Amino acid sequence: MRHRPQPLLIRVLMQPSRMVRLSEGDWDLLVQQARASGLLGRLDWLARQLGPNAPLPAAPRAHLRWAARKAECCHRETRYEITCLRQALRRAGVPLVLLKGAAYVHAGLNPVHGRFFEDVDIMVPRNRLAAVESALMLAGWAPTHLDAYDQRYYREWMHELPPMEHHQRGTTVDVHHNILPLSGRLRPSAALLLRAVVPWPKAGTEDVYTLSPPDMVLHSASHLFHDGELAYGLRDLSDLDLLLRQLSADPAFWDTLVKRADQLMLGRPLFYAITCLVSLLDTPVPSALRRRVEVFAPPPLQRSLMLALLQRGLRPQHPSCNGVDIRVARFALYVRSHWLKMPPLRLIRHLLRKAVAREVATPAPR
Amino acid sequence: MLIGELGGAELRRRLRGEGLGLRLFPFTVRLYSRFRALASAMVQMYADFPLADGAFADFSITIRARRWWKPQAVFELDGQRPFWPLPADQAYPMFEWGLNWCIANHVQDYLILHAAVLERDGGALILPGPSGAGKSTLTAGLALSGWRLLSDELTLLRLEDGKVQGLARPVSLKNESIEVVRRFAPQAVLSPASHNTAKGTVRLMVPPTPAVARLVELATPRWLVVPQFEPGEKTRLQRLGRTYAFMNAAQSAFNYAELGITGFELLADTVARCEPYSLTIGSLDQALIVLDELTATSATEANAS
Repeated sequence: MRHRPQPLLIRVLMQPSRMVRLSEGDWDLLVQQARASGLLGRLDWLARQLGPNAPLPAAPRAHLRWAARKAECCHRETRYEITCLRQALRRAGVPLVLLKGAAYVHAGLNPVHGRFFEDVDIMVPRNRLAAVESALMLAGWAPTHLDAYDQRYYREWMHELPPMEHHQRGTTVDVHHNILPLSGRLRPSAALLLRAVVPWPKAGTEDVYTLSPPDMVLHSASHLFHDGELAYGLRDLSDLDLLLRQLSADPAFWDTLVKRADQLMLGRPLFYAITCLVSLLDTPVPSALRRRVEVFAPPPLQRSLMLALLQRGLRPQHPSCNGVDIRVARFALYVRSHWLKMPPLRLIRHLLRKAVAREVATPAPR
Repeated sequence: MLIGELGGAELRRRLRGEGLGLRLFPFTVRLYSRFRALASAMVQMYADFPLADGAFADFSITIRARRWWKPQAVFELDGQRPFWPLPADQAYPMFEWGLNWCIANHVQDYLILHAAVLERDGGALILPGPSGAGKSTLTAGLALSGWRLLSDELTLLRLEDGKVQGLARPVSLKNESIEVVRRFAPQAVLSPASHNTAKGTVRLMVPPTPAVARLVELATPRWLVVPQFEPGEKTRLQRLGRTYAFMNAAQSAFNYAELGITGFELLADTVARCEPYSLTIGSLDQALIVLDELTATSATEANAS
């Protein structure tokens, strides 16, 4: 394999103190790569860890601060959405279980830092979906994606309802009943996940839950390495990096994580996550644990191919990091994520529909 | 060195190569493009602006050419494409709209209102309003009659002291307002027309040289006037309630929610400092007379008190 230096953004994420030694030209590239990858706000947090007197040039530093401010606004709004969702679900008698970004915001976990979240994701038991859906409608959320194909896509094949949008605030909630699609290759048990949920008393609300810490990691890993589209892959990998660094302060954490991966049959995504985290972001994973996740590795050929694709697919989405091999890798990973999501014929039909639908999206500038 | 001193050939070379660095105080922009029409528009419209020589730019923008048949222009920031492509003859206005988006969507050191703003005697006249309300026409008229142009689209209120930072970029004129401005000031220099844009026919007016030269001078908000063009109506000013004016300005702000309590307090102070009015504009000449009287009287009042 031809040697290619890691992109600047990855080198800075791996070792944030590098920021004090960057030239003006480096900053120019770093801000561009980070903005394109959704990581500007994350860099703000990493820069703040360097202390108030770290010599960072004012002009690029401002861009990091601006992005962090947008993220904080998003967190304020998320907290308000959580309050509203909690009231709505209480009426249905279903406890509120938060997933992904909303869970990090509620629990105050490190991946919130500088991170912008599009919508709020929640999880409820599948047999309570109808009750939850009508409770949300009473509270002002309306279903979207009303055409028959989309309805069928979500309700029969996916692990979530079509996104529901609040008619006044315009905010979106995704109601999940599992963390991976029903029609997919990996089928973790929703009952196991829901049985392990945890409250966060410090957040001030006893009756709002998230998945258990190891399950949060596994969910994030599955999303990135199984069904995700890698559009913001590096950002999601950085989330996992911060999550693992924080949660592994508990000495029992790593052991629970591996056992739980086995139990939920999510060992493969965990293997990819650990391998990519160690090689790209230098996440401190004990070597004993790295050996333990080897049992989840695919056969050698598939392993080398996948790791080669991921090394490329996880690079920043910026022209400075592009190349034919990168584009091929991204496309291959895109196809793979769909391949794992549904059976071949249904997949072909689905991709055709998406290709046609894409012609009617994006806005014009004002 | 100023853009206008660079020469067309060198400017085109930079646009196609290492990028054209523009010092659009308080921001820096690096622009890449192969469109010749965009290159000549930059020479014409930004002649008085200095070149940026540093290696860091706030926004690296590419206006990319796409397709041989029915050619299009694509706006890229950091390689990302936030908008649909537009027909190639809209390459230059696309740069202006895209740059507005870059500022309004990223910058958080200012409360940013969707409003035109001009300065006289250190006082800023803020004209909030959606596209089509007539703020650009009025802005052009004022900028050609002794007011200093700060911006026709984005009012930047500095967080630390609420003062207005100008941009003095070209003024975007649409449809009938093009003729209105040309009749009002035949000497005004306009960019070539782009037809059939989302806003109809668009031509941009070159910002007056003194406005560009005085960009570092801040202005203090003094008048808040909500304009509405009603051709044929009698031009008149009406006092607006402060609460209404506040809500109106808050709705026009791009980053009101992002700034939280800071944005609320800054906007409340700004509205408290200004006399809010609505202005029904029957004709541009009448509107200029009315605003002249308003700002002259309140200047005298301010001196008397």
